[in-house]
Amino acid sequence: MENTNEMELIFDSRSSNESFARVAVAAFMTSLNPTLEEVSDVKTSVSEAVTNAVIHGYEGEVHNIHIRCRIEGGSLYIEIEDKGKGIEDVQAAMEPLFTTKPDMDRSGMGFSFMEAFMDELEVVSRPGEGTIVKMKKIIGKGRKLWTTQSL
Amino acid sequence: MKYQVQENCLTIFLPNELDHHNAEEIRRESDHLIERNHIRYVIFDFRETNFMDSSGIGVMMGRYKKVYMLGGEVCAVHANERMKKMLMMSGITKIMQIYEGEK
Repeated sequence: MENTNEMELIFDSRSSNESFARVAVAAFMTSLNPTLEEVSDVKTSVSEAVTNAVIHGYEGEVHNIHIRCRIEGGSLYIEIEDKGKGIEDVQAAMEPLFTTKPDMDRSGMGFSFMEAFMDELEVVSRPGEGTIVKMKKIIGKGRKLWTTQSL
Repeated sequence: MKYQVQENCLTIFLPNELDHHNAEEIRRESDHLIERNHIRYVIFDFRETNFMDSSGIGVMMGRYKKVYMLGGEVCAVHANERMKKMLMMSGITKIMQIYEGEK
């Protein structure tokens, strides 16, 4: 299909790679011609999911984080996967202000921000096996189409 | 990271991107300054900041807890529209004022 594109990233779960990950995804989505606001929404959400993998999934150990991105039509699909310790109770983890690490100054707002900034969010996790965060962002929602008249 | 101490007030000049990676550094350094200088008031200066995630909210909540017990306060200045939106969404504005430019 003409309107599809895919990419996959694999990188170490170091906190210094958080900015690399969100900038890479932001660069990948430019073909959709997003607004600055849409780019910021995606960057924040990617940052949240990657930070979760670094802090909670692998608990500071260095292993691989996978990001898969797909553009289809006007939408961006992102999957961020770690093979870390997984989440016991996904529903509880997604509650605003829920955190297992308050001593580390974690606000518990990660999933809330992802939910607010993306159009769809799904979290698949198994304790001991890892976590996949799947997100979808529709780009150009509510934007009026306009075409120039050729002379 | 840049910091400024004036009497019992600490200003933290936040970086361009405030994520978990920088948040750890700010947490470490600012706690050291808060304890050493008997800080009561912490100002988060967003003038350079264009990106933040929930780690930034966590850092502010943490500093708030620290100075609140000593009778202090925290606030944010020079936040752009995006940063203001995120501060509002997180609910942290309930414990923290956002001021415009004057200082």
